[in-house]
Amino acid sequence: MNFKINLRNIVLVILASIVLSACSTARKASDSTSGDVYTGKDTVEYLASGVPDRVFFATNRSSLTTAARETLRKQSTYLRKNKDLSVTIEGHADERGTREYNLALGEKRANAAKDYLMTYGISGKRISVISYGKEKPVNTASTPLAWSQNRRSVTVKVK
Amino acid sequence: MKKIILILFCFFVNINFANSLIEVDITRGNLDPLPIAVSPLHVDPKSEKYKEIRIKELGDEVSKIIENNFRDTGLFNPLKKDAFVQKPDIAHLKPRFEDWRLIKAQALITGKLLVKDEKLKVEFRLWDLTASKEMMALAFTTTPSNWRRVAHIISDKIYERLTGETGYFDTRIIYVAESGPKDQRVKKLAIMDQDGSNTKYLTLGNELVLTPRFNPASQLVTYLSYFRNLPRVYLLDIETGIQEVVGNFPGMTFAPRFSPDGKKIIMSFAQDGNSDIYTMDIESRVVEKITEHSSIDTSPSYSPDGKYICFNSDRSGRQQIYVMNSDGSNVKRITFGSGLYGTPVWSPRGDLIAFTKVRKGKFYIGVMRPDGTGERLLTENFYQEAPSWSPNGRVLIFYRETKSNSKGEGFTAKLWSIDITGYNERMIVTETDASDPSWSSLLSN
Repeated sequence: MNFKINLRNIVLVILASIVLSACSTARKASDSTSGDVYTGKDTVEYLASGVPDRVFFATNRSSLTTAARETLRKQSTYLRKNKDLSVTIEGHADERGTREYNLALGEKRANAAKDYLMTYGISGKRISVISYGKEKPVNTASTPLAWSQNRRSVTVKVK
Repeated sequence: MKKIILILFCFFVNINFANSLIEVDITRGNLDPLPIAVSPLHVDPKSEKYKEIRIKELGDEVSKIIENNFRDTGLFNPLKKDAFVQKPDIAHLKPRFEDWRLIKAQALITGKLLVKDEKLKVEFRLWDLTASKEMMALAFTTTPSNWRRVAHIISDKIYERLTGETGYFDTRIIYVAESGPKDQRVKKLAIMDQDGSNTKYLTLGNELVLTPRFNPASQLVTYLSYFRNLPRVYLLDIETGIQEVVGNFPGMTFAPRFSPDGKKIIMSFAQDGNSDIYTMDIESRVVEKITEHSSIDTSPSYSPDGKYICFNSDRSGRQQIYVMNSDGSNVKRITFGSGLYGTPVWSPRGDLIAFTKVRKGKFYIGVMRPDGTGERLLTENFYQEAPSWSPNGRVLIFYRETKSNSKGEGFTAKLWSIDITGYNERMIVTETDASDPSWSSLLSN
């Protein structure tokens, strides 16, 4: 009898811990997106200390979020300090769109970032753009989180 | 690829057009495929050796290709050969109809071949077993290396006779062969026969290539290449291997297709965050801007008479399909259903536009009339897109990708085809993963 009760308690504890861990991963995913725009730091690299290299977009959109503008202002400050530096902005899309539309969308996203840098005084001559559409995912999973990390434009230094 | 030879047809018996003969109705999904017996072709013992071709097995091989073609249509049921009761040469002279009826065959294909003086001579006959009549007989001569094409041409002729529609077997598919992990995918242009055999790789995989499309009138292909990291539309002559960039655009060109006469390329050109549709005349190089709108305009495709262009645009706020005159005038939205619509492709028959639809996280391949009415969704999946028409407008080929797990594993891309009735969905076996298929015109036309 005692043994049985113990066993049931153990099962309950295991069940509870599964539920809790499921909650914590779910919370983690929603913490890192706002709407469906990625707000986390997981795939982000840095042009210099405190200067993130990428900004994220909503599904099928190319408008810059407040966070994206902040990142791009940091990039413009960095580029003003490093006058000899040229960059390429790569525009990307997630895997949930048709290939050709995604190529156009990637181009639009990269240019949205470029235009913003230009309004902060960076010459367009220092910035080239290229769209990869959905061809170069940074996260290869087929999950909403991965897709949010893949909808991005990345500023890359030209060597 | 200079092996596209002249095939000499000589009708040695009049084709019989009697009304009582069997016919296959292909306008509906066929749930009761026609039982057909494809006898191995008799190999004339006077045949001579030719290169590495195994002459003795050639009769079997040709009949197998014909059988596979017919089975893949979903309209025919080729019967097992072990039940066949007559020797190929005797059946070819005159079948004992009652014996073939016993195994429930309704049509019989017989033939013989001879390889002599570096030539392959083939003749075949189609028999109506119910009416005990010959329906068709043809003979032709070609170079022996073309034996596969011979099998496809025979298939086309018989398909035409039985269905009343042009065949699509003597055709090829150009596509993108894919390999490697999802974030470091290697992509090469590849070409194969319609049945998946004879695969040849046309690029080495050093640069990303996408969306190859056949010229309906020649051996030219247009595609997008990231050569030197500059995404541009290219032209490739698959006979000579010569490649050249199309036009002198200061930014990305993409989504190319040929006009129905093969003389122009229609494509998108993206600059400063805006994609519009342009055409370029291949000979004169004259470029014309067709759309002018601040939204994304892409995936253009001509109607077969060249008078109209369908394309997708997000000018309404979401990706939808539009039709306009070929000069860009009179733009009309044709899709109003829920969801997004992309990749419109006009049927070579002109009666339908195939498309990709995205709705509630699912991808559909469908068809609709050019005015947007009569939408029919043929297949639903996690991800599929980019339909391309068989030259007779009966079958669509497209690609489908599988979902990756949370580690990004389990991703595949494969080519699939489906009849426009929505029946007979099947995967086309390719050597590697594959995407972006484009179907050629009939080679023997």
